[in-house]
Amino acid sequence: MTVHTTPPGDLQSVPALLARNVARFGDRPAYREKEYGIWQSWTWSQAADQIRALAMGLMAQGLKPGDHMAIIGRNRPAHYWGMIAAQMCGAVPVPLYQDAVAAEMAYVLDHCGARFVLCGDQEQVDKVLEVEQTTGASARIIYTDARGLRKYDHDNMASLADVQAQGRAGAATLGPRLDAIIAGLDYDSTCVMLYTSGTTGKPKGVVLSNRNIIETARNTAEFDNLTEIEEIVAYLPMAWVGDFIFSMGQAMWSGFTVNCPEGAHTMMTDMREIGPTYFFAPPRVFETQLTSVMIRMEDASRMKRWLFKRGMAVAHRAGPALLDGKTVSFGDKLAYALGKLFVFGPLKNTLGLSRVRVGYTAGEAIGPEIFDFYRSLGINLKQLYGQTEASVFITQQPDGQVRSDTVGVPSPGVEVRIGDNGEVYYRSPGTFVEYYKNADSTASTKDAEGWVATGDAGFFEEATGHLRIIDRAKDVGKMADGTMFAPKYVENKLKFYPNILEAVVIGNGREFCTAMINIDLTAVGNWAERNNIAYGSYQELAGHPQVYAQIREHVEAVNASVAQDPMLSGCQVHRFLVLHKELDPDDGEMTRTRKVRRAVITEKFHDLVTALYDGSTSIHTRTEVTYEDGRKGAISATLRIEDARVFGDAARQKVAAQ
Amino acid sequence: MNAMTQDGYVTADGRQIGPVVMELRNITLRFGGVVAIKDISFDIRQGEIRAIIGPNGAGKSSMLNVISGFYHPQDGQVIFKGQVRPAMKPYQVARLGIARTFQNIALFEGMSVLDNIMTGRLNKMKAGFLSQALWWGAAEREEIENRAAVERIIDFLEIQNIRKTPVGRLPYGLKKRVELARALAAEPNLLLLDEPMAGMNVEEKEDMSRFILSVNDEFGTTICLIEHDMGVVMDLSDRVVVMDYGKKIGDGTPSEVRSNQAVIDAYLGVAHD
Repeated sequence: MTVHTTPPGDLQSVPALLARNVARFGDRPAYREKEYGIWQSWTWSQAADQIRALAMGLMAQGLKPGDHMAIIGRNRPAHYWGMIAAQMCGAVPVPLYQDAVAAEMAYVLDHCGARFVLCGDQEQVDKVLEVEQTTGASARIIYTDARGLRKYDHDNMASLADVQAQGRAGAATLGPRLDAIIAGLDYDSTCVMLYTSGTTGKPKGVVLSNRNIIETARNTAEFDNLTEIEEIVAYLPMAWVGDFIFSMGQAMWSGFTVNCPEGAHTMMTDMREIGPTYFFAPPRVFETQLTSVMIRMEDASRMKRWLFKRGMAVAHRAGPALLDGKTVSFGDKLAYALGKLFVFGPLKNTLGLSRVRVGYTAGEAIGPEIFDFYRSLGINLKQLYGQTEASVFITQQPDGQVRSDTVGVPSPGVEVRIGDNGEVYYRSPGTFVEYYKNADSTASTKDAEGWVATGDAGFFEEATGHLRIIDRAKDVGKMADGTMFAPKYVENKLKFYPNILEAVVIGNGREFCTAMINIDLTAVGNWAERNNIAYGSYQELAGHPQVYAQIREHVEAVNASVAQDPMLSGCQVHRFLVLHKELDPDDGEMTRTRKVRRAVITEKFHDLVTALYDGSTSIHTRTEVTYEDGRKGAISATLRIEDARVFGDAARQKVAAQ
Repeated sequence: MNAMTQDGYVTADGRQIGPVVMELRNITLRFGGVVAIKDISFDIRQGEIRAIIGPNGAGKSSMLNVISGFYHPQDGQVIFKGQVRPAMKPYQVARLGIARTFQNIALFEGMSVLDNIMTGRLNKMKAGFLSQALWWGAAEREEIENRAAVERIIDFLEIQNIRKTPVGRLPYGLKKRVELARALAAEPNLLLLDEPMAGMNVEEKEDMSRFILSVNDEFGTTICLIEHDMGVVMDLSDRVVVMDYGKKIGDGTPSEVRSNQAVIDAYLGVAHD
């Protein structure tokens, strides 16, 4: 059975937490947003006033208890307010990925039967209208940014400001009705519904109750001593459970400040200006940052390069130990202090990470080298493991026990066990209520006792009690000769190279492993520029012989390192190719959270897979691509396939086979 | 046919545009013996997007320079808001609410995007030299007001991320956008764009088209533009003037112009037999 802890006082819903925050932190900043070049801020009292006006307005517009309200837009205070306002009306907020194309949105909007849609701007309104033309649905649209919408038919549309004004005007009658609904909200009311990106199949609507969110937020806020003085930057997609737990759950529970950047492109500058103390990012963000640091260092003067190299050497030696409070020699301490003054202090500041007290990464395994880089700078970067169905947290690393190859100990209140097949199971107060309108899936995921299968294979380290995740349970397979095949393990090693953005390793049930690789246009483009290599397109650069040569070096280096591990040495990459296009969520090759969809890729590029195994040295292929506006096109290319050197047993086998 | 009255005009696709704001009457412009513009008359109406097209050397840029007051035609009259406009200095033209961008980008390369756009608001700054130097009183107030206006334009054109970047480091397409921003900063009621899409790739052209349409839509700015890309012109404009060898050979809605034989001849060439 799920543990039903007693709710803390009357704080059984997000609106109740909001009221508490107003009483306790009234004049502290609750939200900030950079707009028109200035950080605009709202205190808890001001935010509560805005939210209440919006809730009353939505009520006047006809939002009823039990309705679903979709929210589509970038991270803005108004959108977070929209979610709380919906809860106040007894409705269920459903944040959606703003970069999804209309066709993807159609399924979700239809599945939840959204009666209201809060759109960020004209682009989103257009998508919703497009969807409605095909489905025949007709949701009431509320928009935040009025640009370009002035001349639209406003019969079924209103601006957020107008809705708020309407709410304020009718406060006398709407207020008491709203208060009655808020008073009726309890731990079992739905807090939010989030659609899982789904590496396979249609997205599923995960229903999370107030209990799930508030209990999880409380437990984890206590775990890391989060208080009202934390600053976070809200930049991850609002539709993702992580953003909901950090920017809504924990922010509401702890009363800290949520800062919304001006836009995706200004993220780095905004980070630097805010200097978050609590920071979460998927590995990709850290990878991108590291890549850009490395590129800029390569462009820097000799003196600076030397300083950086020396500084980082010291940091690697002493940084992680210092963070974990272990003893460090006096010489190293001194060198680290100097390095901090001249190298990593300024570097951290540039990255906007100077004030980070607690940093987390999750969502994908992070390359150990990337992880160590940030740790050695003195950033308390930790790993956590979770999923939407668990309200994020399953395991996390306590301060001082951080390693790149584990995901930590079970979060407070979470029970974890390993199934017979190695799959990880958990049950916790955060365990989701159900999949919306999908009782079958709910039953197959969550058993009668509340245990949920994660779909990941892993084990507990006996010495430390930390959980280690090997791979997706369904991705771990066997090679033709029976040795273990764990593609993610090899892919992560490949992705550490700044030149490689994405890699897909194939080999389940095969004689040997092969890989399809995506170059990182930023890194490789910069290299090309410095070496006077001209290219007209991504495709041309990807196919350049010198790029191939570099990638081969990386693949061989990875092979050498994989060969060290006797269990996994069969996963060395024998043949590879560099893809002519970037894997893209718009083409269905990745999820919106940027995880590769193996099945889709192997099917879509089946001709390439065949060529990787039949010994041919080049292959002509034609691939359908989807543009940002949803139109389709096709690109064709001739790709070269190259062999890579393998090491250890694998090398001997290869010779024997020939 | 299109209904035309003195103060209202409905375009082919049903868009209502306003009364005439600028009328060019029998303009002739000569450089020594070279006749750049020969007896051209047309008008620009409030709130419309008016395009001037023509092959190379047709006199389009000269025409735009006449409109902007940079060139003074030897013959003919420029009537702006009902009054004959005398020969003017460029700053006097700017005060009338006419702003422009240039075919070859004319930005201050070493200055940041923000500062470049701020220069567009110079004619709104009235504070004295001393006050400016000390940044005190009126100067401070003015700068804050003007900065706020500039930030709205930065937001509008979606260039927040390059606000502090020196213009010299920007790619071409963005420079063009910054130049548009600077022109907009003057809050013009007539905006002249000299080949806003020259040298751009398809995506940059699409972006620029979107911005031109939204400027027209949001601020009601009248826009007169020169452009080579026929596709863009036909999609964007309400009315088109076609020039060839300094003469006007066509004037009307995009569809009218497209079916005009003289225009087809000028663009595709005509067989001489």
